[in-house]
Amino acid sequence: MAISKRIVLHFPRRLVEQPIICRLARDFNLEFNILKASITPKEEGLLVLELNGEQKDYDRGIQYLNETGVEIQSLSQNVIRNEERCSHCGACVTICPVGAFIIEPSTRLVDFSDTKCIVCGLCVKACPLRAMETRF
Amino acid sequence: MTKTIAEINEKIRKGQAVVVTAEEIIEIVEEKGVKRAAEEVDVVTTGTFGPMCSSGAFLNIGHSKPRIKLGGGKVYLNDIPAYTGLAAADIFLGVTAIPEDDPRNKFYPGEFNYGGGHVIEELVAGNDIRLVATAYGTDCYPRKKLETLINIRDINEAVLFNIRNAYQNYNVAVNLSDRTLYTYMGVLKPKLGNANYATAGQLSPLLNDPYYKTIGIGTKIFLGGGIGYVAWHGTQHNPNVLRGDNGVPRRPAGTLTVIGDLKQMKPEWLRGTSMLGYGCTITVGIGVPIPILSEEILRYTAVKDADILAPIVDYSEAYPQRKPDILGEVSYAQLKSGKIGVQGKEVPTSSLSSYPKAVEIAQTLKEWIQKGEFLLSEFVAPLPGVESGITFKNLEERPIGGL
Repeated sequence: MAISKRIVLHFPRRLVEQPIICRLARDFNLEFNILKASITPKEEGLLVLELNGEQKDYDRGIQYLNETGVEIQSLSQNVIRNEERCSHCGACVTICPVGAFIIEPSTRLVDFSDTKCIVCGLCVKACPLRAMETRF
Repeated sequence: MTKTIAEINEKIRKGQAVVVTAEEIIEIVEEKGVKRAAEEVDVVTTGTFGPMCSSGAFLNIGHSKPRIKLGGGKVYLNDIPAYTGLAAADIFLGVTAIPEDDPRNKFYPGEFNYGGGHVIEELVAGNDIRLVATAYGTDCYPRKKLETLINIRDINEAVLFNIRNAYQNYNVAVNLSDRTLYTYMGVLKPKLGNANYATAGQLSPLLNDPYYKTIGIGTKIFLGGGIGYVAWHGTQHNPNVLRGDNGVPRRPAGTLTVIGDLKQMKPEWLRGTSMLGYGCTITVGIGVPIPILSEEILRYTAVKDADILAPIVDYSEAYPQRKPDILGEVSYAQLKSGKIGVQGKEVPTSSLSSYPKAVEIAQTLKEWIQKGEFLLSEFVAPLPGVESGITFKNLEERPIGGL
């Protein structure tokens, strides 16, 4: 069964220079799309990936990543909405490049779809009430 | 059919008043017609929850021992400078004030994470606030320095006083240039990438009373989750703009000055707000009840989004250069559909004003009135209307000259 998943990888400093993602493609037949990549001031790496492939290849790939010492998080945990602070004004709707914020027409409440979110962070500072938070 | 506010208040006291929101009245009028609706409905409640920069609070912090004269000195609340040009213990904190060491737009676009509006939100939430003051010292006020925590519980007065709120209609902001703009109307993406608007449309207070027939000086309102009053017409109040056949202004028009005791307000209705690359402000919740004194007044409250038009303004050139050009008009129904047409292009829309919160305010005010907790007030003087001859003045600069 083919699947598509988005994950966040944290590379400790010792792994930053190793061709880990290349092996995901070569050895596990996974297609990858890099959504975000950065190296922190402590020289640790952060990578947001979309992986496409067969479930069994995906599972083996994740197992391989775990064995290398890369820390894996599922993406949806990384941009969160502070529900108490959000006023559902909708300022985020046109800022999000992937349409993760959708207005429910009858109530005009803003629905945040974290499965669409690519953790670009544009909404975080564009939100006037600062209700969007990134957690890495 | 005519009613008086005294009659409506009598019904409110008895728990018999019929109160509906400015959203609910639309369907009632469609179903029953204006005449019957006006007979049956006593009050229509409105609401709005949006960023309102001309807001602030007067605080009297009490007298220290020995005394200090804050007037003419310097005062900071959580590092935010407050205005001290008043008597010894009175200060004014404006919502757009920011720390002196805030980088502002030096790192563009500036984030403006914490300002006067945020201090007001924290104050209302009951948090302790750091007050640091310096003064020049006098015989009767010898102290020159003061550093203390203050809390809204302990200070004498905390009065929200917003010189311009609740704009009657507003611009729809777009960007014709090829770079992103960071404005008080939010982030505007290049080449008509988005269009931002900022009123609650059919729920907005002054759009439901376009000629200020019931909203005047002394009108009792929902303000910041508590009770407040209309104190005056707001600055830039401009009743003489282009209006539709329904009387509704098609340009930014009337405004309100509002006042209320901050001690009974709630932080969820006074939110510190950060406009990226622009500055700090506060998002204020305001709800105004409209007594249905006549069929005419009821007809105004039944206005719907499709019948309210707003001008589309380019914020890359027309707005900053104070050019009067507009790119067209759109209705709030079109704005709420999620996209509008501008110069032949389909442009996605965003709101800076929260419609769900406006609904919540109108519902809350409705419940207060239904429970008999909130009586309507008669205004003591009307707001200047179309006949006032007020015009909106721009600043025409004149050289100071000199030596």
